Amino acid sequence: MIGFTLRRLTWGIPVLWLVATATFALMHVVPGGPFDQEKSLPPEIQANVDAKYHLDQPVLRQYFFYLGDLLRGDLGPSYKYLGRNVNDMIRETFPVSMQLGLWAVLISVILGLGAGIIAAARPLSWADHAGMFLATAGISVPSFVIGTFLIFLFSYRLHLFPAALWEGWRYSVLPAVTLALLPTAYIARLTRSSLLEVLHKDFIRTVRAKGFGERQVILKHALKNSVTPVVSFLGPLTATLVTGSFVVEFIFSVPGMGRYFITAVTNRDYPLIMGVTLVYAVLIVVANIVVDLIYIWLDPRMRIKNN
Amino acid sequence: MRFFQSHPRIVLSGGFILLVCLGALAAPWLAPYPFDQQDTHSILQGPSPQHWMGTDRLGRDLFSRLLYGARMSMAVGIFTALFAVLFGTIYGAASGYMGGRADNILMRFVDLVYSLPDLLLIILITVTIGRGVLGIFLALSLVSWVTVARIIRGEVLKLREFSYVEAARAVGAPHHRILLLHILPNTLGVLIVTLTFRIPAAILAESTLSFIGLGIAPPFASWGSMANEGWSAMKFYPHLILFPSLVLFLTMIAFNVLGDALRDAFDPENRQRSG
Repeated sequence: MIGFTLRRLTWGIPVLWLVATATFALMHVVPGGPFDQEKSLPPEIQANVDAKYHLDQPVLRQYFFYLGDLLRGDLGPSYKYLGRNVNDMIRETFPVSMQLGLWAVLISVILGLGAGIIAAARPLSWADHAGMFLATAGISVPSFVIGTFLIFLFSYRLHLFPAALWEGWRYSVLPAVTLALLPTAYIARLTRSSLLEVLHKDFIRTVRAKGFGERQVILKHALKNSVTPVVSFLGPLTATLVTGSFVVEFIFSVPGMGRYFITAVTNRDYPLIMGVTLVYAVLIVVANIVVDLIYIWLDPRMRIKNN
Repeated sequence: MRFFQSHPRIVLSGGFILLVCLGALAAPWLAPYPFDQQDTHSILQGPSPQHWMGTDRLGRDLFSRLLYGARMSMAVGIFTALFAVLFGTIYGAASGYMGGRADNILMRFVDLVYSLPDLLLIILITVTIGRGVLGIFLALSLVSWVTVARIIRGEVLKLREFSYVEAARAVGAPHHRILLLHILPNTLGVLIVTLTFRIPAAILAESTLSFIGLGIAPPFASWGSMANEGWSAMKFYPHLILFPSLVLFLTMIAFNVLGDALRDAFDPENRQRSG
């Protein structure tokens, strides 16, 4: 188990290096620098600014400066917010996004599993059809559409929840629900099809023959054997939540990392763009390792294969 | 009629998509006003006989803009999906057919791209190559083929073990012939389903980008950029965001229902299993 974790970690490091290098390369082939403004600076000041940020050095040297800083955990200064560095900004915004993301995971796992179980328990019943139609709708509806709809209904009309900002749990309800919608729909579909498949297996027939009730058959015997697709979805889920957070934090003015990323892109604030991208990459590498570990823990057969 | 009875989902969703495509193609003739014509005397009007869906804050006719927006959204969706399927098929088929170490290396790269959030990659690429229609098209294409490559590789891995492929190999058929004539035709069903799912994915990505202000820029319209314009005035002029959102949602759902239905139609075994 420990050996496996270490092996996966050593796989993650080249991935992170690749992401760091690729973002660096992408950001440096861009025509126009972060300090190009409509009013051009006097040449002396321009030179000073360039020297401060190493922009006067050859690209390769800049790259090694950058890698060196990264190894020390320093993501560099922000180009746009003078006097602040990327580390501070991520330290401020990351917990907000993390909290939002965890809420969304919680909501989607509970609702998705629940809906999938109900649908699979009575296939082709009205509950199944309704649930699966909602799931298809949930996969289809863009998050900005559902987000604006929720704001319109619950803030403007019903005055139940605030439409924007981040000052307490009431502020997190609408963004978390919006963010959770897509994963909920996916998990519901995955649970349903996987559970139906397991329910047709021989051992379930044996359990039924022994006289267990349907509730026990599903919850005690079938469910445990059908959650593997759901667990393997938790890896891509992290990526889905990152993508979703861009939109959700934008709509609800949540001061999280996604919104800062969008602003950074509009401002061409390269260190901030690269820093946030790296944080996302770390997050995804870690999430994938965790998913693999859960997998092994759930399925003893995988343990033999990996050791 | 009989086809409708046996495949109502395909007919309904396909019909809606066809309607949107026709509207998009015929936009210059169908639209009552040019998409960028401003009329300062009638700004922010609600729906009326003159302006079916009302006007925006520059007095532009919303229905006309929606039709032109359909052009943009559908074109981006269809062309990037076609590119993704074409390139992804070549890559995935080559990787799966070669197998071994080459397959391993090719798929490592695909897995890497696949594991990163697609919108993040698209944004990073558009930062580099510039926004606008071409930038978005390129960025979407560069990102979305990996999904196709994974699917097709899996299919090819499965198909190349079939005994009829072995027979072809035994009589000395060259590799390209086996791949093109014996393996790829059998992935056609999967390809069509994949294409149907890639289109809404691309439309969603484009409209999301445009909504957060990193996509299609004014005066051009896409459904996402129209929703963005309507969003800021949503409290008092909800019609501005309602219509683009509604059309987008219906189109997305039509594509997803069509994809599901086609998958069931091509793969009856799978349908039985999932009820």
